[in-house]
Amino acid sequence: MATPLISMQGIRKAFGPVKVLESVDFELLTGEVHALMGENGAGKSTLMKVLTGVYKADEGSIAVDGQTVSIASTTDAEHHGIAIIHQELNLIPYLSVAENLFLGRELKTYGLLRQRAMRQRAREWLARVGMQSINPDTPVQRLSVGQQQMVEIAKALGQNARVLIMDEPTAALTERETETLFALIRELRDKGTGIVYVSHRMEEIFALCDRISVLRDGHFVGSRPIAGLSLDEVVHMMVGRSLEARFPSREVARGEVRLQVEQLGDSRVRDISFELHAGEVLGVAGLMGAGRTELARLLFGLDKASSGRILLDGAPIRARTPVQAIQAGLGFVTEDRKGQGLVLDLSLRENISLPRVPARAGIVNRLAEKLQTRALIEKLKIRTRDMELPVRALSGGNQQKVVLAKWLALKPRVLILDEPTRGVDVGGKAEIYQIINQLAEQGVAILMISSELPEVLAMSDRILVMHEGRATALLDAATATQETVMHAATGGH
Amino acid sequence: MNSKLSFGGSMALLQRLGSVIGLLLLIVALSIMSPDFLTTGNLLTVLRQVSINALIAFGMTFVILAGGIDLSVGAILAFTGAITAGRMAAGHGMALAMAVGLGLGLLLGVLNGVLVSWGRVAPFIATLGTMTLLRGLTLAYTQGQPISVSNSGFALLGDGYIAHLIPNPVAWMFVAFALCAFLLRGTVFGRHVFALGGNEEAARLSGVRINAMKLGVYGLSGLLSAFAGIVLTSRLYSAQATAGSGYELDAIAAVVLGGTSLAGGRGWLFGTLVGALLIGFLNNGLNLLGVSSFYQQVVKGAVILIAVLLDRRT
Repeated sequence: MATPLISMQGIRKAFGPVKVLESVDFELLTGEVHALMGENGAGKSTLMKVLTGVYKADEGSIAVDGQTVSIASTTDAEHHGIAIIHQELNLIPYLSVAENLFLGRELKTYGLLRQRAMRQRAREWLARVGMQSINPDTPVQRLSVGQQQMVEIAKALGQNARVLIMDEPTAALTERETETLFALIRELRDKGTGIVYVSHRMEEIFALCDRISVLRDGHFVGSRPIAGLSLDEVVHMMVGRSLEARFPSREVARGEVRLQVEQLGDSRVRDISFELHAGEVLGVAGLMGAGRTELARLLFGLDKASSGRILLDGAPIRARTPVQAIQAGLGFVTEDRKGQGLVLDLSLRENISLPRVPARAGIVNRLAEKLQTRALIEKLKIRTRDMELPVRALSGGNQQKVVLAKWLALKPRVLILDEPTRGVDVGGKAEIYQIINQLAEQGVAILMISSELPEVLAMSDRILVMHEGRATALLDAATATQETVMHAATGGH
Repeated sequence: MNSKLSFGGSMALLQRLGSVIGLLLLIVALSIMSPDFLTTGNLLTVLRQVSINALIAFGMTFVILAGGIDLSVGAILAFTGAITAGRMAAGHGMALAMAVGLGLGLLLGVLNGVLVSWGRVAPFIATLGTMTLLRGLTLAYTQGQPISVSNSGFALLGDGYIAHLIPNPVAWMFVAFALCAFLLRGTVFGRHVFALGGNEEAARLSGVRINAMKLGVYGLSGLLSAFAGIVLTSRLYSAQATAGSGYELDAIAAVVLGGTSLAGGRGWLFGTLVGALLIGFLNNGLNLLGVSSFYQQVVKGAVILIAVLLDRRT
C-alpha cells in the first residue's frame, strides 16, 4: 500500500474533564474522497481542527507523506498543503474575488500591490475550478453561496493545497450547484488531491466517496471502502446500537387543543395553520431554509407576523415580544445555544432563573433560587460539581440541559424546541428525549423542530413538514417514513 | 459551595483580587516612600477627592456591565450642577433645586437610554452627542461665568463633616456604594444587567425587557452624575460650566482598573471602588513625592495600561 498522504495516529484531545477524542486514527490517501462520519458530538470537527492546527492534540502524531510533522497553527497546516472549506464561508463580502483570493498574501513590489498580476492569477485559479465566468473584480457578496464556495476552493488550490477538508459543503447549495461541486471534487481527486468529506447526507456519501471512517463518542470505530457497504451498516457503525433503543417510548393520551395557529405568516413563513394538543409532540421537519425557525420566532414574538392569529386554550394571544409570549405560557429553546440560549459567563443558577428570578419586590430570594436550581439540576441530571460555575465550562449536552431547565422552571404550557439535541452526544440525547417525554406526560404541548429525521419520526406524534415557508404535509408519525417526510420537505413533486 | 467565592458569580478569584492587591501594594509603597502619606488627614483628603469620581464610576459600572458606555457623565455633572446652583440663585429652596438637578440627571440619562435602545444608536456615539450638546447648553446657561451658591445648608452637603472628621462626600460615596452593590447583586434589575451585557440575544429570548433595562442603567448613570455634580457644586460653593471635564475617562478608568470587562457581562462594583481609590492614591502619592503634574499623567496612563494588560493574562 502506498504511503498515506495524511496519517493521524492515536490522537487524544480533552477539554478539561471532557474527553472529545480518544486514541483516534485517521488516514487519507492521495486521490481519494474520504467520508468522515459520526453523529453530532462524535468528534469529527475536533479531529479536523487538530489536523488544521486550530487545536493541539494532547497525544498522538500526524504524518504527511510518511513524515511526522508538527502542526501547531493554521499556518503550519497551510504549509503542509492542508486546507479546510468551512461551512460558514470565510470570505470578506465587500472585498472583490481577487482581493479575497490574495488576502494576507498579496503580491507586492516595494510594498505596492501588483493589482494586474493578482487579477491575472485570480483568473487562472478560478479557471481551475471551472469558474472562469466570474470576474475577479466582483465583490464577493454579489456571488451565490455556491460560487463563493468555489472561490474558497480556488483559494485553497491556489495555495497549493493537497488536502481539502470540506465540512457539510452542500448544506446551502442548490441541486445544480451541488452537481457542479461534485464534478469538481471528482476532478480534483483524479488529479491526486486528498479530500476529507464531512456530511450527514448519506446519499452524497454513497454517490461521491471512496472510503468512509466513522467516529463515535470520540472513539475511532473503523474505516471501510464504501463499495459493498449498506446504509444500515454505516448507521450501525455510527450509532453502535439499533435505532429503536435510542428513543425512549412515551405513553400519553392526547389532551385538549392547547395551541391553535391560523394562517400565520410573514415574509418567510406563508399561511401556516395547525393545532397542537396538550401532551402532544408535534415535530416540524424540513430542509434548511424551509422557514421552521422563522415559524418558531413568530410564535414567540421575536418577529412580527403580517397575517394570521394564534390562540392559546381557545383565546387569541398577542405575543409581540418574548416577554408577552412568556407571560402567555410559551417557552422557546433556541437552536443557537451559545448565541441565543445562554449567557455563557453567568453561572448555571443565574442562567436557569433568568426568565423568572425568584424574587419579592424586585429583591432576589437567594435561598429559593438555590433550591429551585438544585431541584432542576437533579431532575435533568445536569452533570456539574457546582451550580455557581459559569455555563461556559459545561459540555454541549449539559449546556443544552441548562437551556431546558431554564424553561422548565417556568412550567410552560407550550414549549417550542428548535433542534433540541444539536451538538449533544448520544447519551445526552437519550436523556433529553426522556425529558421531552416527561414534559408531554405532564401535559405540556411541545413543538419540536428537528433536522434529524430519525429523531422527528421517533419522538413526534404528528409531523408538520415545511417547504419554502409553507406547510406541505401534516403526517401521522406512526405511519410516516423518512421517504414521505423528505418527499414533502422537497416540495412534494 | 462557598457563597463568598460565588459572590461575583462570574470572575475568577485571582482576577478580581488583582486590583485589590495592586491597591494594597500601592498603599504600602507610598507609606514607605512618604512620611506624610499614612496620616488620617491625608487619607481622608484622598477619600474626599476620590468620592466624586467614585459616584460617577458606580453608575458607569452598571452601564459598562450592561454592554454600553456613557461619555456624557461629566457633561451631565456640569449641567445639573449649574442648574441646581442657578435655581438657588433664583431664590428657590435647596430641596427644590436639588430635586430639579437630580430629576434632570435622571431624565438626561434616560434620554441616553432611549437613543441607545429605541434609537439604536451606538452608545459611544449617542453619549458623545449628548455630552457635546450638554456642554454647549451649560456654557449658554452660565454664560461662561461661575454661579456661586450662598445657601449654607447646601454647602454642608459637600463641605461638611460627620463627627468633625469624615468629610460628607466620603459618606455619600459609601452610602451610594452600598445601595448600588445591593442593586447589582441583590435585585432582579442587577441580574438582568449582567445578562444583558453577557448576551443580549439570550437575555431578550429569556424575557428580559431589553429596552427598559437600557433606560434603567443609563438613567442610573445620569442620576449618580447629577448627584456628583450637586456634591461638587456644594463643596466649591459654585457651579462652573467646565466642571467635570474628562471625568468620563476617569470613571471608565476606575471601572476597568477594577476588573470589569469593557465588553460587558463580567465585573463587580467593589472593583470600581478599588479602581477609583487606586487612581486617587496614585495622584496623591505622586503629589507628595513632588512629581510634576506632567509626569503624573504619564504615570497614570502607564498604570492603566499595565493593569489592563495584566488583566488579559489571567
